Amino acid sequence: MIDFLYLVPISLGLGVIGLVAFMWSLRSGQYADLDGAAERILFDDGRDAPDAPARAEPDLTDRPDDR
Amino acid sequence: MTQAPAGTAGEELLLASRTVGSGLREAELSVPDMHCGACMRRIETALGALAGVERARVNLSTRSVSVRWQARRRPPPLVETLQRIGFAAHLRDADSEAKDGTLAELVRSLAVAGFAASNIMLLSVSVWSGADPQTRDLFHAVSAVIALPALAYAGRVFFRSAWRSLRHGRTNMDVPISVGVLLAFGLSLYETLHHGPHAYFDAAVTLLFFLLVGRTLDHVMRERARQAVKGLARLAARGARVRRPDGTEAYLPVNDIATGMTVLLAAGERVPVDGRVDAGTSDIDAALVTGESRPQPVAAGGLVRAGTLNLTGPLAIVATAPARESFLAEMVSLMQAAEASRSVYRRIADRAASLYAPTVHLTALLTFAGWMIATGDAHRAITIAIAVLIITCPCALGLAVPMVQVVAAGRLFENGIMVKDGAALERLAEVDTVVFDKTGTLTLGQPRLVDRGAIDPASLALAAAIATHSRHPFARAIADAARQDHPSMAFDSVAEHAGLGLEARTGTAVYRLGRASWALAPDRGAIASDPAVIPSVARDLLRQDAQCAVRGRSLAALGMTAGAEWPAACDGPAPDRQPPDDDGVVLSCGGAHLATFQLEDRLRAAARATIEALARDGLRIAAVSGDAEAPVQRIAAELGIEAAARVLPREKVQQVAALTASGRKVLMVGDGLNDAPALAAAHASMAPATAADVGRSAADFVFLRESLGAVAQAIRVARDARRLVRQNFAFAVAYNVVAIPIAVLGQVTPLVAAVAMSASSLVVVANALRLPGRRKPMARDDAIGAAPALAALRAGR
Repeated sequence: MIDFLYLVPISLGLGVIGLVAFMWSLRSGQYADLDGAAERILFDDGRDAPDAPARAEPDLTDRPDDR
Repeated sequence: MTQAPAGTAGEELLLASRTVGSGLREAELSVPDMHCGACMRRIETALGALAGVERARVNLSTRSVSVRWQARRRPPPLVETLQRIGFAAHLRDADSEAKDGTLAELVRSLAVAGFAASNIMLLSVSVWSGADPQTRDLFHAVSAVIALPALAYAGRVFFRSAWRSLRHGRTNMDVPISVGVLLAFGLSLYETLHHGPHAYFDAAVTLLFFLLVGRTLDHVMRERARQAVKGLARLAARGARVRRPDGTEAYLPVNDIATGMTVLLAAGERVPVDGRVDAGTSDIDAALVTGESRPQPVAAGGLVRAGTLNLTGPLAIVATAPARESFLAEMVSLMQAAEASRSVYRRIADRAASLYAPTVHLTALLTFAGWMIATGDAHRAITIAIAVLIITCPCALGLAVPMVQVVAAGRLFENGIMVKDGAALERLAEVDTVVFDKTGTLTLGQPRLVDRGAIDPASLALAAAIATHSRHPFARAIADAARQDHPSMAFDSVAEHAGLGLEARTGTAVYRLGRASWALAPDRGAIASDPAVIPSVARDLLRQDAQCAVRGRSLAALGMTAGAEWPAACDGPAPDRQPPDDDGVVLSCGGAHLATFQLEDRLRAAARATIEALARDGLRIAAVSGDAEAPVQRIAAELGIEAAARVLPREKVQQVAALTASGRKVLMVGDGLNDAPALAAAHASMAPATAADVGRSAADFVFLRESLGAVAQAIRVARDARRLVRQNFAFAVAYNVVAIPIAVLGQVTPLVAAVAMSASSLVVVANALRLPGRRKPMARDDAIGAAPALAALRAGR
């Protein structure tokens, strides 16, 4: 019975780590372009990281000078 | 669009972009042609090298590239750069680029539900395999701790929808789902706290997981179609160059153009608002607006409609109505009226739910009452009643429809047909009448040279060389016809005379390609043959005639005539045999007739086969067109269908409404602005990718390829899908017929519930995958037909 005190939290912890990792990868745009990612891995210039984070917050403050 | 001059393109780019902070602007371009890593690199490198561009990032999945540049600098020439390296590109709207929040929420919910389901199932398996009571209670408690946040988070999608539905006094599939999940959780929690043997945490969470899979797939399907349709070229004007009363010019968004403003239109631009031509002559292509297949010449004083394409010359037009009152707006209001009068379609799943939910809830209630009366044990009665709810929870039913529709949409997607949503598939399966538009739907809306065999190759080559200098559809058709042996002929000058044709000069020879009355204008020829005219002019013109002859011989020498003699041209004019300005395009040299080209709109690939296939399937077929009588009747005769010509947009809606009133379910297939109201009024609707923007967004289906076979194919897939959905429903009913008695008798344990629910879900998924239609022979024909349709799209049609 005492084993459960370790085993259950460990199994849950591993699951949570997986879940958090998935959420992070989702949020950072790694699923935004699956076809492109498959090609980018072959590029030499090393620019294969997604750059979605900056897309997240459109800045509306300087709208007035749009026109 | 791509043909706009650079300045306009820059301003159009600004209108389509948005600010993204730290002094940057971002725009998204759709580049349909890219397909590999090399394309990505070329695009990113070329765009990244432009002055002011901070970053260019390709998304291969959506065939788009997003570019960020410094806002204080001039917008970089993105479209032009892409064109230079061989990619056609067009702008996407900035406002429609909002991130897809729903999908993100669904995927996150799915991840949480998946995590919770797998962990709880792990614990449950231990319990089922005979854990001692102490361990069992501990595992139940741990399960509860996992299930509570998971349900609260992942169940929101269903709870919200169920609540909305209940508040309006209706019921949908989400109501029994929510009730079942919540009751299962509540009962399990109670059992856990009272050290009971049975907890249904796994059932509640697994159910949610399966349903979220269905929900997410459904959403992805719709999103993919939406993205694909959005990636198509925008065919309405976004803005236009306007000359203000004080003489200054500005590029204004369409909505800011007011009556009385003067709009300056370059050749190749679309007319933004209804207007009257103030200055300039040109040809107007109204195929997308009124369905007329033949471009019409306009001159000062002529009226032009919003959405038509200015083909050959620059025009200054005075706006006679603002955008919101232009032809387009008129169509939109007709569309809204048509939509409002159309009876609301209830999706098959909702219809099932309206039967299902009361039945299930009543059964549970009766079970409770029965056990109460029989045993008087409230706890036991409630437990069994809830078990009934759990076992009947519409897991299979929730997956039955979306799974089939996702598979069907995937099949159609492979064949270049986009489905707006699942309801469209259901409606399409019911249609028994197909109404086609002509221009752009039955036909490609592009003329084609019909008498190629009758024209000698040298004349054709010459005409094609001249025609490449114009974007008039007739010139394009002639250039295309000669594509195989395209001469690279150099002229000293080529001038386009709007409404008339092209004039090419080389040396002193003057070739004209265009309207017969203009190309064969007797003035020069008459001078040459008239000895009374001023000798020097006559000499010039005679020499020019000689030049024509020389040119002919040199063509022959180049082997381009393929043995044919240069026609008896330039031997002198023949003013008496000047034909009237009918359909033909005439090539002349110095006013003498060389060749006449007959051009006609051509049928889409597989048009006849499609009509026959539809007729075989028992569908009634008709055509309505806004075009003139003659071309409509010709097409109708060719296809053997009934057709009405000169039909106004309002009348198209009335025809569809009349058919609907007589009990028919109409599929409207059309592409023009004038078809949009009828598309909205019909039971189901379909549009080609080359359709006007409004038509595309009104249609339930958009097909990307040239072949009309898409119509028959979509109907076939929709009918197959309906059959499978019915089978799935039949299975779900059969499942419940077996499961409910077991539950009512109190024999359902959590293990039984888990096995029954998972098994039934797998069965409906497997059944959905049986949908036939993968890679039909038809699809291969379509693949061949895809190229010209896309080319037409790129050309800015």
